[in-house]
Amino acid sequence: MIFNIPFIAVAALILIGLYAVIFKRNLIKMVIGITLIESGVNLFLITLGYREGSIAPIYTSSPGGIMALPVPQALTLTSIVIGVAVLALMLSLVIHIYRHYGTLDARKIGGPEE
Amino acid sequence: MNVADLIDLLLQHSPALIVAIPLLGAFITPLISRLNDKVRNVFVILTLGLTASLVFLLASDVFSGNIHTYIFGSQDLALPVVRILFEVDAMSAFMVIISVILSLIAVIYSWSFMKENTGLDKYYTLILLMTAGMLGMELTGDLFNFFVFLEITSISSAALVAFWTNKAKSVEAGFKYIVISTIGALFILFSIALFYGQYNALNMAMIASAIQYTFLDKIALVLLIAALAMKAGVVPMHMWLPDAYGKAPSSITFILVGATQASLYGVFRVCFTIYGGAINLSSISVGWILVIMGIITMLLGVAMAIIQTDFKRLIAFGAVAEIGYMLLGIGTGLVVMLNPEMTATGLAAMKGGIFHIMNDALDVGLLFLVAGAIYYATKETSLNKLGGLARNMKYTTVFFIIGLLAVSGMPPMNGFASKLLIYESTYHLNPILSIFAILSSIMLLAVFVKVFHSAFLGPALPKFENVKEVPKSMLIAMGAIATIIIIFGLFPELIVNNIVEPAANALINYGDYIREVIPSFTGGA
Repeated sequence: MIFNIPFIAVAALILIGLYAVIFKRNLIKMVIGITLIESGVNLFLITLGYREGSIAPIYTSSPGGIMALPVPQALTLTSIVIGVAVLALMLSLVIHIYRHYGTLDARKIGGPEE
Repeated sequence: MNVADLIDLLLQHSPALIVAIPLLGAFITPLISRLNDKVRNVFVILTLGLTASLVFLLASDVFSGNIHTYIFGSQDLALPVVRILFEVDAMSAFMVIISVILSLIAVIYSWSFMKENTGLDKYYTLILLMTAGMLGMELTGDLFNFFVFLEITSISSAALVAFWTNKAKSVEAGFKYIVISTIGALFILFSIALFYGQYNALNMAMIASAIQYTFLDKIALVLLIAALAMKAGVVPMHMWLPDAYGKAPSSITFILVGATQASLYGVFRVCFTIYGGAINLSSISVGWILVIMGIITMLLGVAMAIIQTDFKRLIAFGAVAEIGYMLLGIGTGLVVMLNPEMTATGLAAMKGGIFHIMNDALDVGLLFLVAGAIYYATKETSLNKLGGLARNMKYTTVFFIIGLLAVSGMPPMNGFASKLLIYESTYHLNPILSIFAILSSIMLLAVFVKVFHSAFLGPALPKFENVKEVPKSMLIAMGAIATIIIIFGLFPELIVNNIVEPAANALINYGDYIREVIPSFTGGA
C-alpha cells in the first residue's frame, strides 16, 4: 500500500535514531540520533492529520473540498521549536565536554572522580 | 471593588497566574539583574512568594472539594479542539504546593550559597522557568500542554545541572540528563499522537472518557509509563539521577527533587485518570508492575547508597530508594482500586504513598541542603576526607540529624508517619512487600548513620580548623524545612486528613475529574 509509506518512514526514522543513540559512541552522532527520533515523531503527527488530496486548512479562502487537519500541524510546529531549543542546549554541552576532555568519544569521557 | 471580590477574581484566574507569574518573572529577571544583585534576589524571592500565596489560595479552595478548570481559548465546551484546559483537582493542588515550597526555599538558600558565582542572572532566570514548567505540568489538563511544560522543565533543569561548566563532571551530568529527558519526552509525544489519532482529543478528560484500551492504547500506556518513570528516576532507568543530583549545585538538586516528582505525578495521572477503569481490564495488572518496580527501586537504591563515598551521590541514591516507596504505596492503591473488599487498604496505601511524596521532598531536600552547606564551608564532598565537623557547624549538624531520622522513617519525624501507612497497607496486600519496605528503611538508617559518623563526628581535623557555620540565608532555608518536618511528624493527622486524603480520593474517584469536563460521563466512582 502506497499510503503506508509515511508510517514506514516514521518507524525507520525512530529506529535508526534509537540505534544511533544507543550504539554510537560519538556524542555528535548521539545528538543526530535524537533529532532523527524527533523528525520521526513529527512526521507521524503530520501524517495523522493528512488526507489524500486535501488542501491547506485556510477556512476563509477555501475553494471547497477536504482540508488537512490543522491541529497536528500546530503541534508539530510547537514540537519543532522545542526541538531547536533542545538541540542548541545539547550542542553547547557537547562543546563544553570537548573543551574539558579533548574528545567526543563516550568511552573516554568520565572515568574516576576528580 | 472590595477585597472579597478581588480575592474571588484572583482565585478564578489563579491556575493561569500561577504559571504566568514565574514565567514572566523569568524574562524580567535579566533586566532587573542589570540594576543590582540584591534587588534581583529580592525580586525573585517576591515573585515566587507571590506565586506561593496564589498556590495556597487555590489549594485551600480545591481541598474544600471544588475542582477548578481554567479555559484558554474558546469558552464553548462543545468545541473540544480549539482550547487548552487547566484542570486542578486535589492531587494537582497537592503537587503544586510541594513544587512551589521547594522553589521558594531553594531561592532563599541560593542567596548565600551561589553568591560567589558569576552568571547569576541566568541562574535565577532558569530557576523561575523551571518552576513555571513544573507548576504547569501539575496544573494542566491537556496532554500536549503537559509535554510542552515537561520540555520546559527538562531544558531549564539540564542547563542548571550543568551550571558549573568549569567542572567536567557537571557538564557530563547535564548532557546525560538532557539526552534522557528528550528521548523520554519524544516518546510521550508519540503516545500523544497515538491518542490523537484514535480519539481526536488532547484533553486528558476527553481521552479518559473515550478510551477503549485497544492495542494502540496499550502501546501508548507502555511508552508513557516508561518515559515518565525514566524521568522520575525509577530503577532500572535511574542511571542519570545520581549524576545529575550529585553534580548540580545543591540548591538546584533541591528543586530537581520536585521536577522528578512532577514526572511521577504524570505516571499517576496517566494510570489513574486517563486509563482509569480501563487499566484493570487487562490480564497483566499495571498496579503490580508499579509495585514490583517500587520494590526493586528501593532495594537497589539503598544497596548502591551503602557503597558510595561521595556525600551528594550517596544522598542521591537514598532519593532513588525513596521514590520506590511512593511507587509501592500508589501501586498498591492501583492494584486494589476496583476491588470493593479492599477499599480501606487501597485508600491507606494511597494516603501513605502521596504523603510520602511530600515527605521525600522535605527529607531528601534537607539532606541535600546540608550537603551543600558542608560543601560551601569546606569545599569538600568526599566522605573520606570529611570529619569532626560537628565542632564547627552546630546548626548544620542538628539539621542533618533531623533529616537523617526523617528519611529513614524514625519517629517522631514525618517520614515515620507516611512509611507506617505504607507498611500497614502493603501488609494486607502481601506481607513480603512490607518486609522489603521495612528492610530498606533500616538499611537507609544504617547508611546515614555511617555518613553522620564520618562527616560530623571523630577527631577535629587540622584542615577544617577555620571552618565556620554557613551564612544566615542557608540556615533559614534549612531551618524552615526542619521545622516543617517536625510539625508534620508531630501532627501527621492534620496533614493526612486535610490535604493528603483529598488528593488520594481525587486519584481513586477519577470520574469526578472527567465529569468536570464531560458532564455526561458515567464511569468511575
